[in-house]
Amino acid sequence: MSTASTADSRNLIHSLGGETIRFVEGLGDLALFTLTTLRWMTRGLPRRSVVLQSMYEVGVRSIGVVLITGMFIGMVLAVQGYEQFHLMRMETRIGAVINIALVKELGPVLAATMLAGRVGSAMAAELGTMRVTEQIDALRALGANPYQYLVVPRFLACFLLIPLLTAFADAIGIFGGWLLSTQVLGVDSAFYWHHSLDYVAAYDVLTGLLKSMFFGAAIAVISCHRGFNCGAGAEGVGRAATESFVLSFVAILVTDFFVTIFTTHLYYVIWPAPVSLL
Amino acid sequence: MSFENRFNSDEIGSSIIELKNVSRQFGTQQVLRDITMQVYSGETLVLIGESGCGKSVMMKLMMGLLESSSGDVLWNGVPIAGRSDGELVQDRLRFGFLFQGAALFDSMSVFENVAFGLRQNTKMSEEYIRHSVMNRIQDVGLSAASASKMPSQLSGGMRKRVGLARAMALMPDIILYDEPTTGLDPIMTDVINTLILKTRSRRPVTSVVVTHEMSTVRKVADRVLMFYPLSRLQPGEPQIVFEGTPEQAFSSLDPRVSQFVYGEARDRLEELAAA
Repeated sequence: MSTASTADSRNLIHSLGGETIRFVEGLGDLALFTLTTLRWMTRGLPRRSVVLQSMYEVGVRSIGVVLITGMFIGMVLAVQGYEQFHLMRMETRIGAVINIALVKELGPVLAATMLAGRVGSAMAAELGTMRVTEQIDALRALGANPYQYLVVPRFLACFLLIPLLTAFADAIGIFGGWLLSTQVLGVDSAFYWHHSLDYVAAYDVLTGLLKSMFFGAAIAVISCHRGFNCGAGAEGVGRAATESFVLSFVAILVTDFFVTIFTTHLYYVIWPAPVSLL
Repeated sequence: MSFENRFNSDEIGSSIIELKNVSRQFGTQQVLRDITMQVYSGETLVLIGESGCGKSVMMKLMMGLLESSSGDVLWNGVPIAGRSDGELVQDRLRFGFLFQGAALFDSMSVFENVAFGLRQNTKMSEEYIRHSVMNRIQDVGLSAASASKMPSQLSGGMRKRVGLARAMALMPDIILYDEPTTGLDPIMTDVINTLILKTRSRRPVTSVVVTHEMSTVRKVADRVLMFYPLSRLQPGEPQIVFEGTPEQAFSSLDPRVSQFVYGEARDRLEELAAA
């Protein structure tokens, strides 16, 4: 009995150790992938047509889904918040809550999640298919560097266009929240905006947009990395697409946490307060 | 110097690619072990062997698309390991590679696929590129109308021919063919074999062909190397089990060679069932 239990413990430790090693290896590989991408970015930009194609896929084709989700999240916030604020007879302040939540958190995270789902998975699947059908080897055989030709344009498109998508999500979410609060729930429009402006500062909007750039970079690197390391066959491509979304989503939330701490500290460095929350 | 003559032509018969004690493994699985071989300028070398014995890996090692786990790959007597990324990319343009599934870029038309190498590596005018690409497309027996088609609209034989046109677009000195006739009907197989011969007759090129098709071996090979899977070899046995002319391959007394060239199952079915 005790021998079996010792063997079980050893197996557990063995598999835990194996998983830890694989996790660290994976992180190291992702870090090297990121560095190689950045190195190729400094060696000259890819052809304009290739970058524009990626920007069209990432930016233009994502606008619709970002607008729809942004609009509804703004309206949902209004519905959820109204009951609580109404009980305290503070319904005119609902705009401040909706808008601060949108520009600081929900707009950037929502746009990034949409990008990870719509674009990140597609990038992983596309590059994964290119890998299993030897198209990436063909690029190298024809004198093109796969990082410069495939990864850099996608990285630039995600990094540069996600703030715009976030701005769209913020704007339409703010509109949705206002529409439902004032036109359906009967909150006074003038007070709605007045209280919003009291609480939402330009710093909040800018840090939200800045944060989204980190999300865009993470989505591009993770999705391209998954595609480049895709397993064989249709199953490998499917797994690469799924993993790219899951890992991107985790990365978005983890990055969000650390960037939020940083920007909050930065706020108190620029505008010192008597008591800091952090 | 014109684009076509940018490389010094190698002396016919000199060693153009050399592998010295090359091994390659993926994770814990070893595919190639201690391979030493040479490819001579102007010859057509055919590599044969069972699926999974490392022939395609060998081709990618020759072209520097994969790195060896140990040993050296040399181009014209110089190891490729010391080259910078830029040098490797430039030197690799001496090679044309016809991939097993053609590896055409799905998002590009036939014309754009064939033009890719020229646009990527030269500053030629669009007019010259158009002229050159249409010539390559006609060389492989495709009509001008097929230039605007997408790869998804092509049959297997057409895809291979477009792949060949793309491999030849930069006028390489060395063309590597990875299973160029796999999956094709006998007539299209002969079309591809004829194209390999025609390519060689147009200008002096060195060719390395990986194939399972013995008709290809008979028709195009100057020299044949046969690889054997490592799992079937005793430790220390060489992985290259045959080197010689096609005639010698067909008359070989080595049962491993005769089994492959005549396509005989022998006791393989029982072996597979027992595994």
